[in-house]
Amino acid sequence: MSSVMANNKTTNKAANPTARQKGFAIDLKTWGPFVALVVLALLGVLINPAFLGLDNLSNMLTRSAFIGIIAIGATFVITAGGLDLSVGAMAAFIAGVMIILMNSLVEQFGAGLTTVLFGIGASLLLGLCAGFINGIVTTKGKIEAFIVTLGTMGIYRSLVTYLADGGTLTLDWAVRDIYRPVYYGSFLGITIPVWVFFFVAVIGYILLNYTRFGRYCFAIGSNEKVAEYSAIHVDRIKTMTYMLQGVCVALATIIYVPRLGSASGATGVLWELEAIAAVIIGGTMLKGGHGRIWGTVVGAIMLTMIGNILNLTDAISNYLNGTVQGIIIIVAVYLQRASWRKTGA
Amino acid sequence: MLLSARKICRSFGDNQVLFDVDLDLQAGEVHALLGENGAGKSTLVKILAGYLRPTSGEVLLEGSQRHYRASDEAEADGVVMIHQELALAEQLSVEENIFLGRELRRGLFLDRRAMRERSREALAELETDVDPRARVKDLSTSDQQMVEIAKAITRDVRVLIMDEPTATLTENEVKVLFALIARLRQRGVAILYISHKLREIEQIADRVTVLRDGHLVDSGPMAGRSKEELARLMVGREINEMYPPLTHLPADAPVVLEAREFLVPGAVKQASFTLRRGEVLGFGGVVGAGRTALLEAVLGIRAKSAGQVLRNGQPVVLRHLRDAVRHRIAYLTEDRKGKGLVLNMDLRSNVTLLNLRAHCHPLIDRRREEHAFQEAIQRFDIRLRTAARTAAELSGGNQQKLLLAKVMSIDPEIVIINEPTRGIDVGTKHQIYHFIHELTEAGRSVILISSEMGELIGLSHRVAVMCAGVLTGVLEGEQINEQEIMQYASGIKGVGVDEQRYG
Repeated sequence: MSSVMANNKTTNKAANPTARQKGFAIDLKTWGPFVALVVLALLGVLINPAFLGLDNLSNMLTRSAFIGIIAIGATFVITAGGLDLSVGAMAAFIAGVMIILMNSLVEQFGAGLTTVLFGIGASLLLGLCAGFINGIVTTKGKIEAFIVTLGTMGIYRSLVTYLADGGTLTLDWAVRDIYRPVYYGSFLGITIPVWVFFFVAVIGYILLNYTRFGRYCFAIGSNEKVAEYSAIHVDRIKTMTYMLQGVCVALATIIYVPRLGSASGATGVLWELEAIAAVIIGGTMLKGGHGRIWGTVVGAIMLTMIGNILNLTDAISNYLNGTVQGIIIIVAVYLQRASWRKTGA
Repeated sequence: MLLSARKICRSFGDNQVLFDVDLDLQAGEVHALLGENGAGKSTLVKILAGYLRPTSGEVLLEGSQRHYRASDEAEADGVVMIHQELALAEQLSVEENIFLGRELRRGLFLDRRAMRERSREALAELETDVDPRARVKDLSTSDQQMVEIAKAITRDVRVLIMDEPTATLTENEVKVLFALIARLRQRGVAILYISHKLREIEQIADRVTVLRDGHLVDSGPMAGRSKEELARLMVGREINEMYPPLTHLPADAPVVLEAREFLVPGAVKQASFTLRRGEVLGFGGVVGAGRTALLEAVLGIRAKSAGQVLRNGQPVVLRHLRDAVRHRIAYLTEDRKGKGLVLNMDLRSNVTLLNLRAHCHPLIDRRREEHAFQEAIQRFDIRLRTAARTAAELSGGNQQKLLLAKVMSIDPEIVIINEPTRGIDVGTKHQIYHFIHELTEAGRSVILISSEMGELIGLSHRVAVMCAGVLTGVLEGEQINEQEIMQYASGIKGVGVDEQRYG
């Protein structure tokens, strides 16, 4: 069958070297977030050598784990052309339900591992369900993700406030003692949240770049119609991204609850925006079709790093954290767009 | 000379696409610009209309040199271009689009009434019944095309550049367009007309210029130049046997696909057909007759209210394109940019997207994917002359081959091909025709939807014709000719005629 179509092989061979050359300019774009992270770290060292201290670095990474884990889920949602604004409220809601559940199980199972495992299981299940709801309403109801998740955000936020009766839900002290190591413990000198963050990132990377699911996310985010005509179950894949996001929120909540041992209407406020910011700084495009896990990891660390550096210096008030973050988000995206244009992609 | 280009060169990076090209446009002439995809036609007209600047060479308007930095400067001189890809704001109304960026005002406010009046006049001149208040999104592609043209004629146009204007128009709309071109020509407007359809050009062009690989190969009056000669000039070699011979179809060739009593809300009222092994079944009819809707419903992409599919005589349920793929049925969409290719994705991923599971075990094996891609490049003769990284950067013909490679990746037994040669140069067309021939020689079956009569007649064993959602008839042998197809396509002959006439 090849005789007719393959009558011009010479032109193809000539083309390959030029194709390679072009890849170089794109690489700068790929490494942009990493370069920015290094620059920011150097700035940190210059401001205060204590920045490089092991304790400080460890503390910073541990704090970035919550947003980072959520942001990895968000990378999938955004790459597939969606958006999830409900993650912060979802985290608060899951935390609230977890605490109530574990407190009530103390009578039955005592303040032991079983109780904690039940809590963790419930958290994952809730995350999965919440994500499923976001996904199914967006895809089957054909309502924009922004609106659906704005709605569920309000629902979860008010539910947690209701559960806490306007106050704070506190985890049973005995349970908290057992649960504590999940946030405060460490393995091989690295804290558990950082390990979780790391594994979620590795799994996320493989999922996004080396599975059909990941490739389909790119295709759907670029052009849903094309995806549909490529025999992809678009609604199913999109719903799965929201479910993955839900699981990531659950994981983040699981390591968050032992930190303070409480949840209230103020838990996880603005996490959704920080997660989206981390994703965008990392080079994922908000309109979909283009996503990067390591970029997201770097983005999440950068956001925490800014706060950390401001803590270590008196030059800028800590209250200006949001201002600096905001400027960095805008600059990061501007730089990415500029290089985008130059390479003509 | 109204508008002239002198020794125009243009490069994109290291890639030179135009070499010392000259072009002269006189007032009141229709000048056809011909060339294969990637010959540099679009680049040349973009330079004339101010969208691109030449690397060297000059553009002259009535003998004085012009340096257009943007398209609005060219438009101010009356040089207006109608785009191949329609450039309309979908959510705005027709009149808002027509006056976009040059709104008429009365004081601080928009003069809506004057704009509506002038829009209506322009549309009336085009003999189209498009409502100036309609939202562009709700219009058919051909009506959108009319809006583009109306937009151009409301300006004080002296040079009108049309890039493939008839690609999406129905036969009747083409007639109206040609009448309009004739009127514009009488008014002294110079028209630069890009098309792949040599028959059209023979009909309307006064003069013709042919480009090949960025070089000017011929320019002169249309009179005395034959279609065949122009085709040869474009391709640079003789095209003999445009259509390959029909594959011999044994009398006992089994039916591989059958569709019974299909009903698609709002599109198909009544349609059944069969497809045999090794057969090309053509689908004729005007745009909007329901051919695409019927076949997309058969494939499970579109919802149907009734209809049964039999594959090799067994009833099958196709609810999603994935089901069709499982039954080894592939679909080549007519809209390669909107439905066929992920334009901002790399070429390799585009080719493997439909059959990605073949490269997964369970993780994607990038090396095998690359191997499959290189094979596709060879097999389908995809030419990567420019350093194209994404599908968007390929020329139309190469995009079509890339899409073909994608569709063929599932090794289908039945291939449904929708308008395979729309906006494609002669050379690539020829390749696609021979490819269809090879498929049937190998015992595959093809359904070919086409608006090009020549294609249907030249390639099909049988031609099913649709009219207003009804499959009016299936023509065979001697019946397959232009006149017969037209009669069935317009409902003069065939099934369901009475209902349409009196119902």
